[in-house]
Amino acid sequence: MKRLQAVLPIAAAAVLFVVVWKLIVVVGNYPVFILPAPEVVASRFVRAWADGIMTPHTITTLSEVLIGFGVGAALALVVGYLLARSRLAERLLSPYLVAAQATPILALAPLIALWFGTGLTGKVLICALIVFFPVAVSTMVGIRSVDRGLLELGRSLRATRWQIMAKLEISAALPQILGGMRVGVTLAVIGAIVGEWAGADSGLGVLINLARGSLFDIPLMFATLLTIALIGVSLYLVVVLIERRLVGAR
Amino acid sequence: MPARSIVAIVGPNGSGKSTLLRLIGGLLTPDAGEIRIDGRPVEGADARIGFCFQEPRLLPWRDVLDNVAFPLELAGVPRPERVARARESIALVGLGGFERARPHQLSGGMRQRAAVARALVRGPSVLLLDEPFSALDALTRERLDLELQRLWQETGTTIVLVTHDIAEATFVADKVVVLSPRPGHVVAEVPVDVPRPRDISMSTAAAFSEVAEAVRAHLAATDDADAPPRAVA
Repeated sequence: MKRLQAVLPIAAAAVLFVVVWKLIVVVGNYPVFILPAPEVVASRFVRAWADGIMTPHTITTLSEVLIGFGVGAALALVVGYLLARSRLAERLLSPYLVAAQATPILALAPLIALWFGTGLTGKVLICALIVFFPVAVSTMVGIRSVDRGLLELGRSLRATRWQIMAKLEISAALPQILGGMRVGVTLAVIGAIVGEWAGADSGLGVLINLARGSLFDIPLMFATLLTIALIGVSLYLVVVLIERRLVGAR
Repeated sequence: MPARSIVAIVGPNGSGKSTLLRLIGGLLTPDAGEIRIDGRPVEGADARIGFCFQEPRLLPWRDVLDNVAFPLELAGVPRPERVARARESIALVGLGGFERARPHQLSGGMRQRAAVARALVRGPSVLLLDEPFSALDALTRERLDLELQRLWQETGTTIVLVTHDIAEATFVADKVVVLSPRPGHVVAEVPVDVPRPRDISMSTAAAFSEVAEAVRAHLAATDDADAPPRAVA
């Protein structure tokens, strides 16, 4: 019963979304190449997965996102910790960190494509770059706000620096770190698509371009958008589930 | 301080009670002089010492058992042994049955019990308590003061208790040390000659009130000029 109560509003919102979409198409009488009706997109989505167009592109994009997120988040954890615990590191690194964040990834993407080619490396780099900032900042804030009393407790128990970091600081900062990862994982999907637009042989960003251009298959474009959105939502949910498991019962 | 005794340290704010405790516990290094336990000097945090802070300082992401076992985990004790020792310690402070509870599910008094269990888990020869019950209500504090006596009888550790509650100090301790502020130094050592086990009904006994009176007099004598000037009407 409780479960039903939780699911019901979500289902209602989804139904409402589809109904409004359909209404706009009917009332506005839009042709398929401007705004295809929801059932057209749905059947194209199913067909694209059935005939195997979608699968290789999805695999490409998903691996870019996952590897890029992994690399970016791992580096951000290290740098975020250093920023929190070393004034020197903060002075040296934070200008570059902010500058990198302030430069639009859209402007960097063609440059990265030029340097690293149209393969996996460039996209991983873009994803890592875009994930880095939110995770590094949330790690820094999380580590800085660790209760001083816990650190003194660690020292009173002769914990080594390493033990204090692994068993006290990281655990205590985990809610903030995972919050940064939530933001980061959705940004990583954007990074992959932007990277693919700047130059790639495969990926969902490429498929959008194909559907819009040479194939001129607008329902396929919408079906691809749907796939991208589903990837973003699923990854976000994975992080939320991990969060529930690790910090839910505090 | 003689071994196996309970010493209470009282003094106004700024007399260095907590600092003294942190020196004994090796959390601060003395500028001059030396702290020794059984003739061996204390250098840095020491496994012979159990430290209990004003707040419980439990790790909110661990249950009681893993919190109490934490010192052993840091020391590299294998899991089966540290679970067994943690259970023993938890039973000792009367928290048996709450091993799997998280700190946020416990009352303030129970959290402080868990903190005491953690301080005892390595079997320290000295237990340092820094106003451990000061944030608790009077009833809970009284009960924990009694429990402290029982713990002391069962474990035989030396206990040093910092407090600003004179009644608590006299009830628990064999000897009350009075400190003065700025610069902190020992003004008096007042022995409490009341036989053990003591119970709450005795807390109003003449012997206690005499000691409390003496302690209060020494504290009053330390009063320096930092009393606020009286408002002129």
